[in-house]
Amino acid sequence: MQELLGIPSPLLFGQLLIGLINGAFYALLSLGLAVIFGVLNVINFAHGALYMMGAFVAWLLLTYLGIGYWPALVVAPLIVGAVGILIERTMLSRLYDLDHLYGLLFTFGLALIIEGTFINFYGVSGQPYAPPQVLTGGYNLGFMFLPAYRGWVIVASLLVCFGTWLLIERTRLGSYLRAAVERPDLVRAFGINVPLMMTLTYGFGVALAGFAGVLAAPLYTVSPIMGQNLIIVVFAIVVIGGLGSILGSIVTGLGIGLIEGLTRTFYPEASSTVVFVIMAIVLIIRPHGLFGRPRE
Amino acid sequence: MSGPTTQSADAPTRRLAGLLIAGAGLAVLVVAPFTGLYTVFLMKLMCFALFACAFNLMLGYVGLLSFGHAAFFGMAAYATGHVVKEWGFDPFLGILAGAAVAGAMGLVFGAIAIRQKGIYFAMITLALAQMVYFFCLQVKFTHGEDGIQGIPRGMLFGLVDLRDSLNMYFFVAAIFVVGYAIIYRTVHSPFGQALKGIRENEPRMISLGYPVARIKVMAFTISAALAGLAGATKSIVFQAATLTDVHWHMSGEVVLMTLIGGMGTMFGPVVGAGVIVALQNYLATIGSWVTVVMGVIFVVCVLTFRRGIVGEILARLPHRR
Amino acid sequence: MQLTKWAMASTALLVLAGAAQAEISGGVVKIGVLNDRSGLYADLSGEGSVVAARMAVEDFAGGLDVEVLSADHQNKPDVGSSVARQWIDQEGVDVIVDVPTSSVALAVQQVTSDTDTAFLNSGAATTALTNDQCAPTFVHWTYDTYALSVGTGKAVVEGGGDTWFFLTADYAFGHQLQADTAAVVEANGGKVLGSVNHPLSTTDFSSFLLQAQASGAKVIGLANAGGDTTNAIKQANSFGIVQSGQQLAALLGFITDVNALGLDVAQGLTLTTGFYWDRDDASRAFAERFAEKMNGQMPTMVHAGVYSAVAHYLKAVAEIDDDGGKAAVDQMKTMPINDFFATDGKIRPDGRMVHDMYLVKVKSPAESKGPWDYYTILATIPGDEAFKPLAESTCSLVAN
Repeated sequence: MQELLGIPSPLLFGQLLIGLINGAFYALLSLGLAVIFGVLNVINFAHGALYMMGAFVAWLLLTYLGIGYWPALVVAPLIVGAVGILIERTMLSRLYDLDHLYGLLFTFGLALIIEGTFINFYGVSGQPYAPPQVLTGGYNLGFMFLPAYRGWVIVASLLVCFGTWLLIERTRLGSYLRAAVERPDLVRAFGINVPLMMTLTYGFGVALAGFAGVLAAPLYTVSPIMGQNLIIVVFAIVVIGGLGSILGSIVTGLGIGLIEGLTRTFYPEASSTVVFVIMAIVLIIRPHGLFGRPRE
Repeated sequence: MSGPTTQSADAPTRRLAGLLIAGAGLAVLVVAPFTGLYTVFLMKLMCFALFACAFNLMLGYVGLLSFGHAAFFGMAAYATGHVVKEWGFDPFLGILAGAAVAGAMGLVFGAIAIRQKGIYFAMITLALAQMVYFFCLQVKFTHGEDGIQGIPRGMLFGLVDLRDSLNMYFFVAAIFVVGYAIIYRTVHSPFGQALKGIRENEPRMISLGYPVARIKVMAFTISAALAGLAGATKSIVFQAATLTDVHWHMSGEVVLMTLIGGMGTMFGPVVGAGVIVALQNYLATIGSWVTVVMGVIFVVCVLTFRRGIVGEILARLPHRR
Repeated sequence: MQLTKWAMASTALLVLAGAAQAEISGGVVKIGVLNDRSGLYADLSGEGSVVAARMAVEDFAGGLDVEVLSADHQNKPDVGSSVARQWIDQEGVDVIVDVPTSSVALAVQQVTSDTDTAFLNSGAATTALTNDQCAPTFVHWTYDTYALSVGTGKAVVEGGGDTWFFLTADYAFGHQLQADTAAVVEANGGKVLGSVNHPLSTTDFSSFLLQAQASGAKVIGLANAGGDTTNAIKQANSFGIVQSGQQLAALLGFITDVNALGLDVAQGLTLTTGFYWDRDDASRAFAERFAEKMNGQMPTMVHAGVYSAVAHYLKAVAEIDDDGGKAAVDQMKTMPINDFFATDGKIRPDGRMVHDMYLVKVKSPAESKGPWDYYTILATIPGDEAFKPLAESTCSLVAN
């Protein structure tokens, strides 16, 4: 068997591919976080809880209404997005003029409420959710067996990431958004409804989290605490990429996925810590992240 | 965020008032265990109050949010637990050793993190704390998720039996008072003024010739050492040091305490710690709603009284302006 | 405060006078159910344990006044330890039951042994409770890491699964599970081909599963718990690991985990349990009553253990009319346990309650006849084989 870096190369390729799949997942989550930070200046600590909510809504739709995976892929993010809009309108919008810290603390509290409520009604051990029929089974790639569903996850996440990037960087709406980030007063003077844009952005950002949740439902156990540990990893990714940088979050998400995959092969115990090591190093060398620029 | 100003025409009266308040505080500490309040609860409260005050030194007076203070709290607890249980240290020496370990870590962390501001500072401290967590998970002496258990309370200086809960209480109270006094002195000294200056306008302080980076590292070290003091004491009180003390949830909890009590006030973190510890204790019997209640408090606090309980009271007192 | 001190002093005097007047403190036996109500272990202990304790009290006909209290330790040792202390000092609690989460259980052990309070643990897994940290006031009722891993390990090797690869949670209990199982596997002629340590609370196991697959081992032992176990099983299923001939063995699994996975995914899994509700008429009768109060949820082994422990404790206390911790536990040790949970169960000097364990296999959806019909019992593991031999105990109460 051929060896690369001391381990059989098929195994290494397999690990890299899996890393990439996880990376696509991270990219999707960190993208939502980055968009929200870019436009609202809020660090959305509730992102993990809303991701969980996406998965749970999919499960609830299936269990109580018989609505399957494909419709849920659209409906669940919409519901999560609507919840997000409600939160933004009633509470979050009052915090924009304050220090970042308050947005962070507010959403932290929010995450506790959402998770605690779901735990109360559905317990912690989780609920089963099967992948759709067409995506069961998998492909033999020669060096590994790739479950069809994982293939779909990488395609879907990359499509959504790319679409969002196009939307923000290449359309008129996106240019308004970017302008609103830089000079909200000026944009308002042009007659653009900035508060509405912010509301929709928050809704969109958390809908992305909800979408990731639905994608995750067949992969992992649907449990109220599924987002708890994910959130700080995703957080770290956004910081490494540079807060508010859309491209940075996507690229870093994929990169961290790969690095984690490699760590799992060479030093598995450290695989959940490696992202923080990278974050510390990056922040020491580039205080505003890889793709970030200084802003006050 | 405007801290209390110290310029005053009637310094003697203020000094007298200060002494009176300090005296009253001490009296409360002495009387508390005889009022029917539960001593273990009071000791836990003091440990967390000291922890929150130490944290507040950074957040309230330097304006830097550290999201990794659990690392100091927890590592000190482990260090103390280990030296007392395995090497037979006197509890007092053990606690000092714990605080020293935390202080040394604070120096290193401070030197690494101090150039960052705002959210980046929070993130780099979180990153470092996560590495500490990983370290605690990997090394043998922490005993993994079992933790160091059965740490003997022992005889203080070979004389005072700390297994007696009243003796233990006064020992903890003494540590709390000393720790609190150190924080008070730090804040109300030229050094403390420099800290507040940095919080309000850092470039100006630099142009005035202050060694800003060094001042911040020093403040961070003091804060870490005192957080360690709190953790070390807690490990003796509860006779255990475990992973919960180093987990990032603990870092979040101390932020919550400080915020609820009122950051940038001397007494706020004490009140905040009291509220949270009391909630944990008394909500324990209501079952599964603890998390939700904590979340609601967080949200309400951020939305309606951002200055915290003590901060709001101070803001409403007439003589402040 | 003053009053209790006075009372203690006077009891001490009475003892000195040679009139050891045993009695029920405060006239009431108070049972404190201390467990996780909101975190990882809330489903396998939590409210269900309180319900089980109440049922045991209702069923008890010994003419004692009994009260049940409950609290959430939030998986924090300091919260657990201070609630326990407060209960004992202020509420006059006489026995603490359940307490999952090793670190909390060990912290509570410290408190109960200092205060001569009985402690009947059903929820925690660590064997330290009956070894280095054992106490005369303590009984470990339901299971421990050794009993679960060893039963499964032995049975699987005997069934032909003689090469193993471990997925191990990088925590003390994970390493313990792996070490105990590996010893049994090797003692029975099997071979351990390798292992990989994963961080606790990993969501994605695919990398580790690939390594397990590449090892070519016949059996993949999951030396982890809760969400880690369920995620690993679910993903092993999607990677076609079971279909391609490798077998999964959960070394620490609960019926709630199987429920979370669904039979589609969990079928074929082997694990060891201390209790299965559908084992015989007595267990079914208990389970049905329990489910009625718990919205249809069937009891886990932890719930059943709580019932059995409380019932036995009350019997012992009624017998000697004394609810002091050591006295009650000493009495419990003299009486065999015979109920729906254990047959001829006995409590060893180190505090280990020894009873039969069951090796089970998860049914396929076709075999299952209804909700919670999950297990086929493959074998009964006699208590003496299931638990770590007393001769190997490091407990100071055991004369070795």
